[in-house]
Amino acid sequence: MATNAAAQADTFPKLLIRNAELFGSRPAMRHKDLGIWQTWTWREQLEIVRAYAVGLHRLGLKRGETIAIVGANRPKLYWSVMAAQMIGAIPVPVYADAVAEELAFVLSHAEVRFAAVEDQEQVDKIMSVMERLPKLEQMVYDERRGLRDYDHSHLRAIDEVIADGRKALADDPAVGKWLDTEIAVGQGSDPSIILYTSGTTGQSKGVVLTGERSIAAAADTVAFDHLNENDVSLAYLPLAWVGDHYLNYAQGLVAGFCIACPENTDTAMADLREIGPTFYFAPPRTLELLLTRVMIRMEDAGFLKRKMFHFFIGVARKYGERILNKQPVPFTGRLLYAIGDVLVYGPLKNVLGFSRVRTAYTAGEAIGPDLFAFYRSIGLNLKQLYGQTEAFLYLTAQPDGQIHSDTVGPPCPHVDLRIAENGEVQFKSPGMFTGYFHDEAKTQEALTSDGYVKTGDAGFFDEKTGHLKIIDRAKDVGKLTDGTLFPPKYIENKLKFFPNIREAVAYGDGRDYVAVMLNIDLTAVGSWAERNKVVYASYQELAGHSQVYDMIEKHVAEVNRDLAKDKVMAGAQIKRFLILHKELDADDGELTRTQKVRRGFIAERYAPLITALYDGSTEADIATEVTFEDGRKGVIKARVKIRDMKTKPAAGAMEQAA
Amino acid sequence: MRAPTNGPDVAAGDVLLAVENVSLSFGGVRAVSDVSFDIRKGEIRAIIGPNGAGKTSMLNVINGFYHPQEGRITFKGQTRPKMRPYEAADGGIARTFQNVALFRGMTALDNIMAGRSLKMNKSFFWQLLRYGPAMQEEVEHRARVEEIIDFLKIQEIRRIPVGRLPYGLQKRVELGRALAMEPELLLLDEPMAGMNLEEKEDMSRFILDVNDHYGTTIALIEHDMGVVMDLSDRVVVLDHGEKIADGTPDEIKSNQAVIDAYLGVAH
Repeated sequence: MATNAAAQADTFPKLLIRNAELFGSRPAMRHKDLGIWQTWTWREQLEIVRAYAVGLHRLGLKRGETIAIVGANRPKLYWSVMAAQMIGAIPVPVYADAVAEELAFVLSHAEVRFAAVEDQEQVDKIMSVMERLPKLEQMVYDERRGLRDYDHSHLRAIDEVIADGRKALADDPAVGKWLDTEIAVGQGSDPSIILYTSGTTGQSKGVVLTGERSIAAAADTVAFDHLNENDVSLAYLPLAWVGDHYLNYAQGLVAGFCIACPENTDTAMADLREIGPTFYFAPPRTLELLLTRVMIRMEDAGFLKRKMFHFFIGVARKYGERILNKQPVPFTGRLLYAIGDVLVYGPLKNVLGFSRVRTAYTAGEAIGPDLFAFYRSIGLNLKQLYGQTEAFLYLTAQPDGQIHSDTVGPPCPHVDLRIAENGEVQFKSPGMFTGYFHDEAKTQEALTSDGYVKTGDAGFFDEKTGHLKIIDRAKDVGKLTDGTLFPPKYIENKLKFFPNIREAVAYGDGRDYVAVMLNIDLTAVGSWAERNKVVYASYQELAGHSQVYDMIEKHVAEVNRDLAKDKVMAGAQIKRFLILHKELDADDGELTRTQKVRRGFIAERYAPLITALYDGSTEADIATEVTFEDGRKGVIKARVKIRDMKTKPAAGAMEQAA
Repeated sequence: MRAPTNGPDVAAGDVLLAVENVSLSFGGVRAVSDVSFDIRKGEIRAIIGPNGAGKTSMLNVINGFYHPQEGRITFKGQTRPKMRPYEAADGGIARTFQNVALFRGMTALDNIMAGRSLKMNKSFFWQLLRYGPAMQEEVEHRARVEEIIDFLKIQEIRRIPVGRLPYGLQKRVELGRALAMEPELLLLDEPMAGMNLEEKEDMSRFILDVNDHYGTTIALIEHDMGVVMDLSDRVVVLDHGEKIADGTPDEIKSNQAVIDAYLGVAH
């Protein structure tokens, strides 16, 4: 029902009005504030957004102008997006944890005149780069605290803007009429939002999306996953990421479901439990982190609980996925699984906040098969999707019952997908972007001559299932000097399945053998150190500890055993490894804001370590500059040890002596 | 935000608390001798001095934990010969301690709620039942506590026993408990001790925000000179139990007696 009506509305403000009529008294937005969940219905939300839109207009925001949105997932920032769209302005969400430099780039490139921000921190950040933003005139903020003494000539609380708009609407009926016309004038082909890409490949680009296309894409997936107004999702993903804008904002408006905003970023886990969402998305990294925490806590649990947990997880591994896929399972298997569900899986899902989840997705990077299987085996309907900002997210998604850990599913409805001759995936989709903001050259670069968009990912269609398989970024898959295939992600993911390993960066393209740099997981290894009476004063000391090296060496050996089983991969076994003295960090540019490893950059930054990995030395000195959250810089120096690994000669594969 | 260099007129306000000729000794040890200074309403007042200068003793005298042998203390115009700690608390003086003094087995929320106990009026009987007026009262107090939790940004640790929290967060919970008393005068005994730079910056921000947002008068003891000079409106310096200087941070920085006390003098 929802989707049919959605076809008639071609902009988000029109959808908002439709939802207020259809689902008027149902919840549209929740936010935990002062420890209590506050709820706004669709009708209330419409009233607020109308008042806010009028308020913004009275401040001077006009059709076609851009407004930056900077902050965490909060109702007032979502309303800023809606209010801006209502009067035809274009919201430009920016990552809340972006450093001032990145913020300045996006704000000046998008030519924003207005900015809606969360709190003092963001106001300060923008003020620190003010001289580079001559066009910026007004800032509105959600959280007043600490801002009282600021010069308020160009600064206003969002509450005041809404109150001002509300008063104008009440005083003069013509204002309401004017707003109605503004909404009606809005075209589906107008830009509805500009999303800046996280910049996995260099400087970020502003992806322009239109209302009509966004709604068409969201309507397809809402139907695909049977989402409706009774669903709930927790909005904890970065506001500026296409995932949040699609999964929560666009799908929420199309299906009419409720978005719940966590109290703050650190409470998201607890809030997840309280809200019990029915639709859930988590990048593989988050799922990994959750599993690590569960595993650690089980290690610390009593004997009986630990045994029970491991026994039933074993049962789940054997039967769980088959039960979820509705495949035949022997009666004893079903019985054991049912007992396990009562004793382990149910409580576990409850703790993780997954009890009510009907549909869960993961995407963003390749997920380890073991990790994926774990969640599915305990009964979470976790599926994979593949997409990108330029497509307004979805390109492929796995339908219920057709789940494979190594595929990302068949193309979504109305998505035209093809594989180019060089193996690159190219597409035309309902939600595809209209171009990069103020960057015609880059737009042309991204498009083929016949109008398909290049994804930059290498993949192929699996013959058996017809699903798309993504191998890696087209340019990342390499070869060792002896011609052995070297897919870095594949090796890294195998390593990262160990709770003790937080991050892995593999090198080998054009080299004689594979070598990796690792980050230990401070939570997991710290807890291990506590149990084993290993004393340490800092991350750096723990990372360099010889007992930690011994433990990690066992993990690497296990990965090598695993690789040796596969003929193709046997040559890509890890010969040498080291543990980095500092955590890879987005603030230092080592990870992207979506926490993907920037392999090339890391290779440059840690060049002395790479050299040492391949020249046989057993340790190397390194000095790296680090950026603190407030923008100051410091230098960390360390001597990093390197370990050699024995490799297993596998079926037919000859190994050089390590 | 607050510019400490603006001179004495920033701190212009009525005297909230006056210490006059106070002396305190333990047996033969003179911890504080003949010290006088005042704290004006709305200011941030620092008490500094080398180790053993009598700073903590001074705080203990102010909140009635110690009773001075000589001298008198006037708080809100009332001079009392002997004030007990609970009277001080009731009168609007709250404090934090040099070593964190929280109920380690209780959650952060419960610890801060404990700070409200003086404000709860319903009888023990009703509170035991958690019913009717007592319930309503608890809800009201909980609302105030939640505001403090929001203010100090500690939502994520609300339900965690404080014994499991890192030191910096424990300090923040302790500040929260003191704030829950809605004090007029807040005494902070080395709020930054043992903190790293980032935690210190956070704590400084909170202290300024408390002063700005709630209008609370603050007296603090601190060793980190950078923090003291940035935060406080006026500074009093003690050495061997005696007051050797009193003035704005700038005056203190150039005061020869203070420099001598900290760096030592050639004998």
